[in-house]
Amino acid sequence: MKVTAHHKLFAMALSLGLIAGCSSTGDTTEDGTYDSDVSAVDQEGGSTVYGGDDGDGVSSSEMTEEQRREAEARAERAEREAMRDITTFYFDFDTAEIKSEAREVLVAHARYLQSNPNQDVRIEGHADERGTKEYNLALGERRANAIERFLIVNGASRSQTETISYGEEKPAVMGSSASDWAQNRRVELVFQ
Amino acid sequence: MMGPQMTNRTSTGKGLSVVAWLLAIAVMIGSSPASTELLIRITEGADSAIPVAVVPFSESGQMPSGDKISSIVQDDLTMTGEFRPLPAEKMLSLPSSGDDVYFRDWRLLGQRYVLVGQLTRRGDKIEARYELFDVNREERVMGATASSSVNSSRSLAHHISDRVYEAITGVPGAFSTKLAYVTLQRSGGEPLYRLQVSDVDGKRARVRLESDEPILSPAWSPDSRKLAYVSFETGKPAIYIHELSSGNRTRIADFPGLNSAPAWSDDGRSLLLTLSKDGNAEIYKLDIESRSLKRLTNHWSIDTEPTWDHTGEGFFFTSDRSGGPQIYHKSSENAEPRRITFGSRYNARPRPDNDGRYVYYVHQRDSSFHIARTNLQTEEETVLTRTGSDESPSVSPNGRMLIYATKQGGNSVLTVIAADGGAAYSLPASEGDVRDPAWSPIVQ
Repeated sequence: MKVTAHHKLFAMALSLGLIAGCSSTGDTTEDGTYDSDVSAVDQEGGSTVYGGDDGDGVSSSEMTEEQRREAEARAERAEREAMRDITTFYFDFDTAEIKSEAREVLVAHARYLQSNPNQDVRIEGHADERGTKEYNLALGERRANAIERFLIVNGASRSQTETISYGEEKPAVMGSSASDWAQNRRVELVFQ
Repeated sequence: MMGPQMTNRTSTGKGLSVVAWLLAIAVMIGSSPASTELLIRITEGADSAIPVAVVPFSESGQMPSGDKISSIVQDDLTMTGEFRPLPAEKMLSLPSSGDDVYFRDWRLLGQRYVLVGQLTRRGDKIEARYELFDVNREERVMGATASSSVNSSRSLAHHISDRVYEAITGVPGAFSTKLAYVTLQRSGGEPLYRLQVSDVDGKRARVRLESDEPILSPAWSPDSRKLAYVSFETGKPAIYIHELSSGNRTRIADFPGLNSAPAWSDDGRSLLLTLSKDGNAEIYKLDIESRSLKRLTNHWSIDTEPTWDHTGEGFFFTSDRSGGPQIYHKSSENAEPRRITFGSRYNARPRPDNDGRYVYYVHQRDSSFHIARTNLQTEEETVLTRTGSDESPSVSPNGRMLIYATKQGGNSVLTVIAADGGAAYSLPASEGDVRDPAWSPIVQ
């Protein structure tokens, strides 16, 4: 259906973005893409990039206080924007536990939803191909529900969210390796 | 009716000789716009298989083109893995009636049974007269006549197979039953799901529903006239009842959240299903006529994949209330659930046989997923499959065979095994995946 095709393009664009993010940090880990995705975020969000007003930086002495504040605010917005580029969240096998690295990003999404009450989000839960289809449907739903609850606790309104589980039916990547499975155990946020 | 049952058939591990057949006849689906092919690949037969000679039937009058009736019977028997038919070129004579059967010849050839028959064209019908002989006892086991229209000669052949199977094993055959399954092709990245129904040998497949969104979990009504299944065609999962003869469909469950895992009651009046409208996946009973719902489980964990037991009073289901998915049984709608599986951390999707002896399910061992069964009296668990990504077991109505989905070369295929283990045949799609098989009941 149209929605799906659209959403696939979106997901594809995102994953491209994420891959670019990974490679720029040069930080690759062995055990699954989600680690590298998240470490990319951590580095951008860390103080090294935006915290330099202690005289060591090239720029600070040249700026007025107002300019500096503006730049900081801009940077913060950009940081939050960048965080919100991440819309896919990964899970361990047969769990619906939100990884600690994902929380900051989800908070950014929740805040965004809070300040944009007309923005809706569709929360799509998925499982990898292992195990049974019907159990995986329920597991995908449990994952979507976990993310939905987190968004609501952090400021989103229930009227903005809807969940659906596809179980193992819509893998992000084809294939049966451990890393394929890791990329397929996920929740995707689709902003509408 | 497909079922193997004979004396003490051992069919695990190395007791198997690879027959490696390729019957490989593509099936075109009648009414569908694009043709799908399902192949049959008979991979293994048991060493203990019974030698049986299916003598090519004599023919008088014009016969339909395509497979000969006696070849279909021979293939049916081979498919079970329980029989080892004698190739026609090795036969010393080709009798078509009992008078011409010389037991000494067949004994020399090491045969236990001989099937002979005659086909006669009468108008638009074909009549078959056939007789089965026990070579050792030198006696006629059975003789019968049957007829069908020319167009349904495959049905006639499967009927003969059923009778022969039952005469030898004492168990009704399941060759006249049907399979429902879902094929999935991805062309240009766009998935195409097709719900299909075929004979148990994969032939005469017909597409019943096509969708670019998932179709899951087909389940046969007890009279084999309807299928219930999950379809995402509206963008979200709903349960439909589909009458096969008319193609009429009813969306029977479309609640917020999950609508999944339909299973019919014996009287065909209600469905067990999984809904999450009240917060998380729970099992409900839906009365089809009144649409009234009764909730049968109540737990914060996932409860799903329900199926009635052989009594029709209790039911099996999957729950992860102990931490991971395990099989549970409730002896009545209101009884306390009892845990059935303990052998590993992942056991799901129970399917009981019809007489309450075994329950079959998906079982994780190490990093592989197999089909296993537990003897409900002794609680002994046996792993039945040697393949490793196994899903969706469905027991043949005579309890002798089991069909499930597994992976072969990256694609999902259907595999049929004897219910006590031992591979018999697989049904790959010519392209893409075939999965979610459901074996129809025997309809008298």
